[in-house]
Amino acid sequence: MSRPVRLLLLGSGLLGLGALFAWAISGLPAFGDYRGPYGFVLNRIVVPLRHTTNVVMGTNFDVRGIDTMGEEFILYASVVGVTLLLRDETRTRQAERRTRRFGNDTVRLVGIAMVGAGLLIGLWLMAFGYITPGGGFQGGVVTAGAILLLYLVGNHRDYRPFRDEHLLDPLEAVGAGGYVIVGLAALASGTAFLTNLFGLGTAGMLRSSGSIAILNWASAIAVTVAMLLLFAEFLETYVVPLEPEDAGS
Amino acid sequence: MLLATLVPLQAVAFGLVALGAPLVVLTRDPLRQALVNGIYGVSLVCLFVVLEAPDPALSMLAVSGIGYPLVILAAVARVRGHERSEKDEER
Amino acid sequence: MSYLPYAVAAWICLVGIAGMATSRNLIHLAICLTVTQSSSYVLLLSVGYVKHGHAPIFIGRKLGTTAVDPVVQALTLTDVVVSVVVIALILALALDAHRLSGTVNPDDLADISG
Repeated sequence: MSRPVRLLLLGSGLLGLGALFAWAISGLPAFGDYRGPYGFVLNRIVVPLRHTTNVVMGTNFDVRGIDTMGEEFILYASVVGVTLLLRDETRTRQAERRTRRFGNDTVRLVGIAMVGAGLLIGLWLMAFGYITPGGGFQGGVVTAGAILLLYLVGNHRDYRPFRDEHLLDPLEAVGAGGYVIVGLAALASGTAFLTNLFGLGTAGMLRSSGSIAILNWASAIAVTVAMLLLFAEFLETYVVPLEPEDAGS
Repeated sequence: MLLATLVPLQAVAFGLVALGAPLVVLTRDPLRQALVNGIYGVSLVCLFVVLEAPDPALSMLAVSGIGYPLVILAAVARVRGHERSEKDEER
Repeated sequence: MSYLPYAVAAWICLVGIAGMATSRNLIHLAICLTVTQSSSYVLLLSVGYVKHGHAPIFIGRKLGTTAVDPVVQALTLTDVVVSVVVIALILALALDAHRLSGTVNPDDLADISG
């Protein structure tokens, strides 16, 4: 099929889709006119019931915990897919010999400072996820970003432990499997899957909201390690020794 | 008649997002598109904050600042590395 | 005017699909897919917005005040992070196609056999 014919087909298809969108939008309530009871109910009951002041986090890991488990397994399956596609490529590429990635000292200094700050911010987002906005997903991406900054501004030796598959693969499994184990623990004690079993504590303190905290950390580990694994797989053949004494290892 | 119009701040945020999307699509070079996608992500963050959604805003900020540039640039680097080494083998 | 948010979401979706269909580079195609995904986030959050509502975080605020819908925010925030990893899978497929056929142009990929 030649390109002009394809473009014509695309145009007519998009027009039809646009008409369907217009018809669907005309049936929606106006912007701001929220009618459904589910949102109002959740805003009233989650804080007293689960002692967590972040209702979105309570919804994510408690009220709709099964959906988040599904999302974590999407993450896990995608990382497994990337690993299978990219890991067993034969490494016949010639290694580039460079002693430093950045020649500019100012950039390196700022980057090194940002590693520590980024790590702290990521851990803070993870830890206080069920009190203020944040959580395992956001904190996981920021922490992985801070660790990967080491690849840019540090030596190869500093970054090497973070691309070791023998360390990262089990950690990813801990993150994804930990979620299921917490749910199964609830099942084993006679209640439904993923019931909030642990002590609830006081809302607004770090020690609160029971199993939401544990699930939060499990998903934080899963997301951080998934991002590190992705980077390691994509650049596997290009992470090269920066110092001459690394060439033998 | 009660809930008729948008606040001007919300209208501007929606307008910026609606402007950014075609710009991302029209940039053809993947390397430049990674940067334009990052800016589009920041406009989405502004929109999410205006819509009173701090958690998705944090997610989008981390993802469009760290996640997408990471995977896109890694893929572009690998494609160019393949092409360069194939050219070296041909010579 | 009160349907502008939904129209913006539909516009972004159509733009993303048009970009994907007319793309000449698989990596450009993956990024257009992210644009299409962002239209779903805009739609979800627009549907959940309550007029004069605040964010659904109740620290420093009394219970019972009007807040926006937390369910759509929960859906959006996990979706955003998971979409990065799914795009990485698509890019890995593109890299595999490039390794096998030497091109990232989807039009040329249709000719490889075996």
